[in-house]
Amino acid sequence: MSLLEVKKLEVAYGGIQAVKGIDLHIEQGELVTLIGANGAGKTTTLKTLVGLVKPKSGSISYDGNDCTKIPVHHFVSKGLSLVPEGRGVFSRLTVEENLRMGAFYRNDPNAINAEIEHVYELFPRLKERYKQLAGTLSGGEQQMLAMGRAILAKPKLLLLDEPSMGLAPIIVQKIFEIVKMISQQGVTILLVEQNAKLALEVSDRGYVMESGKITMSGPAQELLHSDAVKKAYLGE
Amino acid sequence: MDFLQQILNGLVLGSIYALIALGYTMVYGIMGLINFAHGEVTMIGAMVTITVLGVLANAGVDLPGAVMVLLALMVAIPVCMLLGFTIERVAYRPLRNAPRLAPLITAIGLSIVLQNLAILIWGRNYIPFPPLLPHDSVNIFGASITVLQVVIIFLAIAIMVGLLLMVEKTKLGRAMRATSQNPAVAGLMGVNVNTVISMTFVIGAGLGAIAGVMVAANYDQAHSHMGFLIGLKAFTAAVLGGIGNLGGAVVGGILLGVIESLGAGYIGDLTGGFLGSHYQDIFAFMVLILVLVFRPSGLLGERVAERA
Repeated sequence: MSLLEVKKLEVAYGGIQAVKGIDLHIEQGELVTLIGANGAGKTTTLKTLVGLVKPKSGSISYDGNDCTKIPVHHFVSKGLSLVPEGRGVFSRLTVEENLRMGAFYRNDPNAINAEIEHVYELFPRLKERYKQLAGTLSGGEQQMLAMGRAILAKPKLLLLDEPSMGLAPIIVQKIFEIVKMISQQGVTILLVEQNAKLALEVSDRGYVMESGKITMSGPAQELLHSDAVKKAYLGE
Repeated sequence: MDFLQQILNGLVLGSIYALIALGYTMVYGIMGLINFAHGEVTMIGAMVTITVLGVLANAGVDLPGAVMVLLALMVAIPVCMLLGFTIERVAYRPLRNAPRLAPLITAIGLSIVLQNLAILIWGRNYIPFPPLLPHDSVNIFGASITVLQVVIIFLAIAIMVGLLLMVEKTKLGRAMRATSQNPAVAGLMGVNVNTVISMTFVIGAGLGAIAGVMVAANYDQAHSHMGFLIGLKAFTAAVLGGIGNLGGAVVGGILLGVIESLGAGYIGDLTGGFLGSHYQDIFAFMVLILVLVFRPSGLLGERVAERA
């Protein structure tokens, strides 16, 4: 059974249909990317997966649960975490408080403290600034904080929405390295990206989304070398 | 030592304002709503306490005055907490995603409903607060302050310190701050946003109940309309400190109390006897107007730079 299985998912805001009947599945341990242009419906799809947006029709099953019936705040304890677009750090909480929010649902203080140290090893910048308010961090640091916070939630399935958005290339490299590392530790990842090349390079499989529909899917390497993808998303 | 006397009076008044202002500012901080019914919660806290004291006296309970008041508070606080919980649940939650004007009008409507409900239960007259608490005066450099007033100041400080510690240091406090900044992401972290909002109303109402009893005990009386003016002044205090900011509510409350007290004490001298101390109330609202004109974010309002 797939860890995540989406069938015929349709989402509409008011009269506008953002997602028009998509199917996708993610297996345990995979790193899957969902690429597509701005406005294709990628973020809406992710938001629907964690209950922030209610679907019009279709089904979402995650680890045996019907996602359309779970309240938003229960997803994280079921191992489903979203790092939202624009990072969503709590700007008036300190770096460390933000990390602790990631572990909010957990009740194992010793393990949490150890994992915070581990996140600081991954991102030394965060350790230097642990007492600073998150709103004073740079964009790249905020993205690191958002990823660190997600690590503390101990997800089984991590949803990343545009982690590279608005960041300098060198930071983007670092972020993608971390994504790969999290994946290698056994976390299943769904990565939504506009940076198609980088996303496909790190992923096992990919889906291409256009105006609310999945238009292509397959192993990431195949997509990376397909002419249609090259032309539309890689600028080649 | 008239000046010192006014400062002491101002501190008593100000610590009460601060307790009530915290209720306004907590709710505003978490959902951007001005809960105008909060003043009424304060009034109901005072009324319930007096009623319970009456029942105890009729039942022949004869304990030291402070213990009696404490017992009555143990009833009034949960009653007000339940009221705060119900207000949010019934009046504000259905409007969570409505335009901001809708809950504001509801808040004003609710305030009127509660006032009239209080008139139905307790009547239109002033109700005396039974003389159970010591009104002996202490002299401090020529100024006098009653034992009760000293207790009011220290109790208010203790409660405020406790609340600030709770918000800064505990998990619930962290969840409250996170929810106030970004409810959607707080939900993703596993915070039940509805519970946090309910808790905010419940805590604010509990503080309001205590403040209401302080007012009634200090002035030896309570009235079904007392919540309106004191609520507006506490709201002014919250705005003065920077609404949404807990420290601001404390600073704003105490400052407003002192300003009001000094104003009332010296208005006669300043206007050559034309205006008397019964014009006390104009100072709070002058402060409100000045703050809104010159520093709408308040003394301690939003100073942190934020990046997208």
